[in-house]
Amino acid sequence: MLTISQYVRAESIQQAYELNQKRSNAVLGGMHWLKLQKRNVGTAIDLSDLGLDTIEETEDSFLIGAMVTLRQLELQRELNDISNNALSESVRQIVGVQFRNMATVGGSIFGRYGFSDVLTVFLALDAQVELYNRGVISLEEFSKLPYDRDLLLNLIVKKVNRKTVYLSQRNTKTDFPVLTCAVCKTDGKYRFVIGARPKRAVCFYDELGILENGITEASAAELGNYISSQVETGSNMRGSEEYRRILAGVLTKRALLQMKEM
Amino acid sequence: MAEFKVINKPIRKKDAMSLVTGKPVYTDDIAPSDCLIVKVLRSPHAHAVIEAIDTNTALKVPGIEAIYTYKDVPAKRFTLAGQTYPEPSPYDRLILDNRLRYVGDAVAIVAGDNHRAVDKALKLIKVKYTVLEPVLDLRAAKDNRILVHPEEDWQALCPVGADNRRNLCAADKSEYGEVDRVMSECDVIIENTYHTKSNQQAMMETFRTYTTLDPYGRLHVISSTQIVFHLRRILANALDIPKSRIRVSKPRIGGGFGAKQTSVAEIYPAFVTLKTGKPAKMIYTREESQTASTPRHEMELTVRVGAMKDGTIRGLDLYTLSNTGAYGEHGPTTVGLSGHKSISLYNNNLEAYRFHYDVVYTNVQSAGAYRGYGATQGIFAMESAISELASKLNMDAVAIREKNMVREGQAMPAYYNEYNTSCTLDSCMKKAGEMFDWYNKPYARDMGNGKIRSKGVAMAMQSSGISNVDVGSATIKLNDEGFYALSIAAADMGTGCDTILAQIAAECLECEVEDIIIFGADTDSSPYDSGSYASSTTYITGKAVEKACMELKEKLCRIAAVLLDCQAEELIFTGKKIRKADGSTEVSLMDIASKSMSGNSEATQVTVTNSSPVSPPPHMVGMVEIEVDMETGSIELLDYVAVVDCGTVINTNLARVQTEGGLAQGIGMALYEEVSYSKKGQIRENSFMQYKIPTRMDLCSLRVEFESSYEQSGPFGAKSIGEVVINTPPPAIAHAVYNATGVWHRELPITPEKVLMGIGKI
Amino acid sequence: MQIKLWINNKAVIKEAEADLLLIDLLRNNGCYSVKRGCETGNCGLCTVFVDEKPVLSCSTLAARVNGKKVTTLEGLQREAEDFGTYIAEQGAEQCGFCNPGFIMNAIAMFREKQNPSDEEIKEYLAGNLCRCSGYEGQLRGIRAYLEYQQSKAAKAELAAQNISEVI
Repeated sequence: MLTISQYVRAESIQQAYELNQKRSNAVLGGMHWLKLQKRNVGTAIDLSDLGLDTIEETEDSFLIGAMVTLRQLELQRELNDISNNALSESVRQIVGVQFRNMATVGGSIFGRYGFSDVLTVFLALDAQVELYNRGVISLEEFSKLPYDRDLLLNLIVKKVNRKTVYLSQRNTKTDFPVLTCAVCKTDGKYRFVIGARPKRAVCFYDELGILENGITEASAAELGNYISSQVETGSNMRGSEEYRRILAGVLTKRALLQMKEM
Repeated sequence: MAEFKVINKPIRKKDAMSLVTGKPVYTDDIAPSDCLIVKVLRSPHAHAVIEAIDTNTALKVPGIEAIYTYKDVPAKRFTLAGQTYPEPSPYDRLILDNRLRYVGDAVAIVAGDNHRAVDKALKLIKVKYTVLEPVLDLRAAKDNRILVHPEEDWQALCPVGADNRRNLCAADKSEYGEVDRVMSECDVIIENTYHTKSNQQAMMETFRTYTTLDPYGRLHVISSTQIVFHLRRILANALDIPKSRIRVSKPRIGGGFGAKQTSVAEIYPAFVTLKTGKPAKMIYTREESQTASTPRHEMELTVRVGAMKDGTIRGLDLYTLSNTGAYGEHGPTTVGLSGHKSISLYNNNLEAYRFHYDVVYTNVQSAGAYRGYGATQGIFAMESAISELASKLNMDAVAIREKNMVREGQAMPAYYNEYNTSCTLDSCMKKAGEMFDWYNKPYARDMGNGKIRSKGVAMAMQSSGISNVDVGSATIKLNDEGFYALSIAAADMGTGCDTILAQIAAECLECEVEDIIIFGADTDSSPYDSGSYASSTTYITGKAVEKACMELKEKLCRIAAVLLDCQAEELIFTGKKIRKADGSTEVSLMDIASKSMSGNSEATQVTVTNSSPVSPPPHMVGMVEIEVDMETGSIELLDYVAVVDCGTVINTNLARVQTEGGLAQGIGMALYEEVSYSKKGQIRENSFMQYKIPTRMDLCSLRVEFESSYEQSGPFGAKSIGEVVINTPPPAIAHAVYNATGVWHRELPITPEKVLMGIGKI
Repeated sequence: MQIKLWINNKAVIKEAEADLLLIDLLRNNGCYSVKRGCETGNCGLCTVFVDEKPVLSCSTLAARVNGKKVTTLEGLQREAEDFGTYIAEQGAEQCGFCNPGFIMNAIAMFREKQNPSDEEIKEYLAGNLCRCSGYEGQLRGIRAYLEYQQSKAAKAELAAQNISEVI
């Protein structure tokens, strides 16, 4: 059971950051995950008053605050327009509307959970994270880092010409994914992300040039086989290592074929 | 069918508006705010003995009222199964025992003023365990050197073949005809083994109870239960006090599905209140409901079918191995249905059958009653085997069923030799076939996108109460102004039986459903009822209502005769009035009601008790269309057609939603619901995050129709519906998956990974 | 800590521990319609509105709703009756335990979407589990309610047109 001794609604980012330096303290996201933990939290740090709950559009990018909910992501028109609805597709199967009204982008990204649909799709979009201490780094780099006491402020998605497809395999419609897959093509360059392996999502590239002559049934299948051969998967309640390896290939192939039609 | 005024109509449930507006009508809504909070410390080991237990530090937590261990409880074994005495389930439990038999078994009871104090105290209880090797696999349990119940005072009240020195909760063998000879004469033999896992009832309201002492010092137990009277006995046994000291009543129940036919939570607050004299409540967490209750029995079933080339099924042979877990709740009885309800489906040409079973103890969570009660498991195995037979003979799966299905008027040797007095299974099949367009749909069709569309079929039957055992009663009373009060002890757990029984009463008394108020269930004031389980309420208690109303009408005519100065025989009851047959004079019901309260010596109240020597089965057919993704193994449901014979449908809405609900649960069981264990015996699916029940996105359209037979022994021709409806999805879906992939899945659930593995992709 | 919030439009000032959950605060304040069906945010039974948005009160800290408006079914009795009647007409309320959360979220859906398709309805309400599985009956009830609302709206429009023509 989770216990919390003190609740603080941070008045500044600096205050939140400082409070968060203590190991027993915790930043509140949507609180779904924190609540499941058997943990005694000293101070729960709420970022609600720090203006991090908006999606800001600038000339060249979108700035997504850490406290933006998954439901906001799902409904935000412009973000979905630039991602071929991949954002909406990546979150719409997460439990239910009420859950998504609470779960935050920051919580999903900072947690870098293996099962995260959100991490998968933003990796595909080559997002950057803005951290209080470390500054702006790529999400891909961030996704490999160990947990620390830094504070995630924003997610930055560049406005570039891209096509994105998001797919997942689930045992029931609103369950955690058995495997997630996102493919993004930016300026002719492909990025493949496989998540829920069940470890953290990882990125792959078409290093063999399989898609050099475009997406065909054959090249998509071959690329799928390539991903399948490269991805490191594991077993848990929802699926075996081998099943996930197969899914990684199938979903990649399907995502590519879907992209071909865009 | 006769014309009905009130029954066979979509009457709104009497409590509907309270429920949709969120009124406080459930146990935890009405429990006093000063109840002691009761929680249980649970065993982290599958098999262990408590060497030492120290509660001193825990007792010092401010707010803690009491902590109890095995040293404090009566040394008298009992069962938690809600069954008629003498219970077939062995007396194998204590409130707290020093031997722990599964991960989750109760170690200590803590009662305190508030949750925080109790949670803290739970952490501070020091227990020294001697950890023993557990027996976790049902196949290894019988005659294992590790005994789950080595204790001397273990006791089986009924001759169910139980032997605690062999880990046997029950065992039996029954035979009809010469099975081996018939099998040897058959052209084809199909023999396969099927495995169904445990499933959670997963009702939305977890187990919960509050207890107080009433002004007479008696223990009043208010609980979310299907079985008020059995519960009174269970508690008297467990607490070792006379039954006269206990009163049990139930408020609204947030779903049961059989789970609340077992006394899962009640003993803990009851014990606390008895010891402390203070009100107490126990609200099970979802995790406790998933890990320390009594879900469906895991079974392994070996079916042998003997048939001729033309599809005539002549012999059936079934061996069921059932896992009752750590305790024997419903172990000896659920297993019976795995054979009785599956073999009897193929009664038409059956010359011989054998049904043989063992029910074993293991160190996992105890199993119990869950909708379908063993029939679900048996029917999955039998229906799958029959579909395999059809496929082997190159026969249509519907045609082979039509050839062999049980027909009205037949004696059913596997069903206690009962006659099937009302059966439209044949027309259910015909209607389902028409609705589904069975004959125009191919078994499998390649959709050209990596997906294959296919179809499957299954039949099912269940029972209507337990013959010669279940008892239902009704008290009907005329009140002031001519309204009626109906008292029952059947338990409306969302099924709508309060409304259904009021409909039966209103039909008899020729009045509106609103003219009947309903009261129950309360052991102090309700007439005896075994409780709502075994699909008994409409059939057994409903008949009691019908009989009681008929008797009341006669009584009312006698009072009217006094008022009209004539003989009762000359009078006709017409609902609002009683009049002379010749139409010369009449008296209103209101006047009779007034008369009954002034200068009257004729009671305007009747109690009738009903039991039935038979248990007429309801029948149904299910047909499913699915699409299998041959690259991921995903199964998408496209259409489910169900046609049910439950006799006369009393409430058309409620019968429909019962069917839809049963189908949904059956679909969950077929495709993803699973209880699995770690090597240490811990349940992995201990929450709704891990145990996935269907959401509304997981289901397809469920098309439900009725083909009603008329059951003479039931109220207005009714049988039952609650359980039969869960049985067809697992075998129908398994059949469809075979048709798509060429692979028979003989173990549930059929997950996407298993489908893909089946077609050799893994 | 002391928190101030509005429960069903009534200002409430409460002493709340830092880890008090909104569901417990609400039930302690007589909002018994709010039910707990699981502890993992999966069942939807505890759905309430915080500032008009449906959220899970079992996973919301009471401290976090300081200064906010919370609505439970107790505060939406008229809507609950209006819409609930259509559920009752199908018998789809069944055991009723999931009804408050389901009806809260359905009301949120009606406010957000004028004319949802069956698929949209299922997706919006996917986080509301019902083990009796009134899913089909609930869908029938929702459709009937929406049809009624639309015919009401159409009638009102027609009436308005007639009036404007007369005037």
